Amino acid sequence: MDRCLLDTQGLNRFFGGLHAVRDLELRVAEGDILALIGPNGAGKTTTLNIIAGALKPESGVVRFRGKPITGWKPHAIAGLGIARTFQTTRLFPRMTVAENVQVGRHIRSRAGFLAGMFHLPRTWKEERAIREAALAILEKLGLAEDADTPAGNLSFGRQRGVEFARALAMEPSLLLLDEPAAGLNIYETAELARLITRIRDWGITVVIVEHDMSLVMEISDAVVVLHEGSILAQGKPAEIQKDSEVIRIYLGEDHA
Amino acid sequence: MRFRRYAPIAGLVLFVIALQLALSAAGAAYYFTQITMSVYYSLVALGLCLLMGYAGQISLGHAGFFAIGGYTSAFLTTHNIATSGGGSAVRLLQQLGLLVERQDLYGNAIVNLSPWLALAIAMAVTTAVALLVGLPVIRLRGHYLAMATLGFGIIVYRVVLGTAGLGEADGFSDVPPFRLFGWLEVNGRKPFAAQNYYIAWTLVVIVMLLGANLVRSRVGRALRSIRESEEAADALGVNVARYKLTVFVLSAWLAALAGVFATHYRGGIGPSEATAFKSIRYVAIVAAGGMTNLWGALTMGVLLNFLSLRGVFGSYDDAVFGAILIAIMLFAPDGLVRVPRLFRRIRKKLDGSLSA
Repeated sequence: MDRCLLDTQGLNRFFGGLHAVRDLELRVAEGDILALIGPNGAGKTTTLNIIAGALKPESGVVRFRGKPITGWKPHAIAGLGIARTFQTTRLFPRMTVAENVQVGRHIRSRAGFLAGMFHLPRTWKEERAIREAALAILEKLGLAEDADTPAGNLSFGRQRGVEFARALAMEPSLLLLDEPAAGLNIYETAELARLITRIRDWGITVVIVEHDMSLVMEISDAVVVLHEGSILAQGKPAEIQKDSEVIRIYLGEDHA
Repeated sequence: MRFRRYAPIAGLVLFVIALQLALSAAGAAYYFTQITMSVYYSLVALGLCLLMGYAGQISLGHAGFFAIGGYTSAFLTTHNIATSGGGSAVRLLQQLGLLVERQDLYGNAIVNLSPWLALAIAMAVTTAVALLVGLPVIRLRGHYLAMATLGFGIIVYRVVLGTAGLGEADGFSDVPPFRLFGWLEVNGRKPFAAQNYYIAWTLVVIVMLLGANLVRSRVGRALRSIRESEEAADALGVNVARYKLTVFVLSAWLAALAGVFATHYRGGIGPSEATAFKSIRYVAIVAAGGMTNLWGALTMGVLLNFLSLRGVFGSYDDAVFGAILIAIMLFAPDGLVRVPRLFRRIRKKLDGSLSA
């Protein structure tokens, strides 16, 4: 069970004089929900962006299933089955919800320019499969009624749902979530917690960057606390909650 | 499903035939010339619509590609290779049937490349230039992309204007007809008017058929996703750089193809085809058509170019297209073919302000 899906070695990233990620050695076990927590500027989102290929590290290695993927372009990393969501939801606002999720099937389909132009039987079979898969995911997440609505017209919470649906349409083996609870109310956050644990139960490994501690402690299998770009502590949620160093730096002196 | 996909195309074919029959019956065959040219120009707009409306990448240099196609073909089919030596290569071309012997304007016997070969070379040159320009330029976004493509268009204009071999300010005026096969030829003379009307429309119908399929396909969705958010598209596995470059080359091909056919049809091409005004005119047409709308681009491409060629806009021709562009951006960002929607929106606003 404890197979390593993704790991980093000696990862470093600077922004000008700021050492955002410092010799980071991260290990994500397959099937886990791993939470990256830490104060603002601890390097959580930077780490996520490096894994997703949106940022290149100055040094170090990122390995997926043991294979180095450091410096790959985001689309190539996506092609491996690594999906992500963004801190501020980035949908395709003028495309319908269904179309948004259909783009999520991009890496699982093949038709190119010529196939698209000539619309041959193989292509329309593939198109039908894309439409059906997208609809199935929308139904699974309770978003089917919005299928034909332009994504930009949805409420904030439902937009976040569509972003999840779009990422899940990729049938990823690893899902990177960047502060998914930001801007959600407590009911929506509770729903999100259920969704993320369901996603793990579908066999998808999740790395989540999150500030909402009750959410993190409720759903995570492993927690990594970052401080100034390196790992301050890691372990099970219960262990982290008891760690006095973490409490001092992250939760604030008065909790100690 | 199939019916809905192909019914509009069938409608277009019926419209084209009906228009031809009506004009011929009304003795108004003189309209064919302007319609044919308008249809060729609208081919440029269709390519630009894919690039700009769907993939969201502006080009202010598409007249440059029209000119590259037209000028390459004009040069190769008017250049007398009998006088330019090159013995064995010329003989080889002769044996392959790729040379045409004819008389120039003054009755001298000359030997040119066949238009088919010229077409192939024009498309190859266009591909090379589009890749050369596209590879660095397509990394740019927004204003920077607009400026870079504008610069490219201006370079093409200055080159054709300043090169003696390309006729400088006069361009070419002795471009021979393009015999496609048998009796079918791209030829601007009167007896050929009706068949050229159909040749131009056939190209457009084929492009509409393929284009309408493309925009509903996986690739069409990927292109629109790039327009909406490059970052998100990238994260979903869409190879953004490659899609942008491919659609750029595709739209350049359509512009060059239009340039080749229009040049043989009109028997010439001049530097005015390569101006920034022309490029902006294509942008205005796509905008008037509703940006992400191939049918809109086609409708506006044919309609506005026809009015322009009929001289309806007088000496304010370029100004009118500039004004159209500004007006669309301000008042009807969905384009002119969506005017009913515009009225609905205005009425809604009025209702809102009345009831408030």
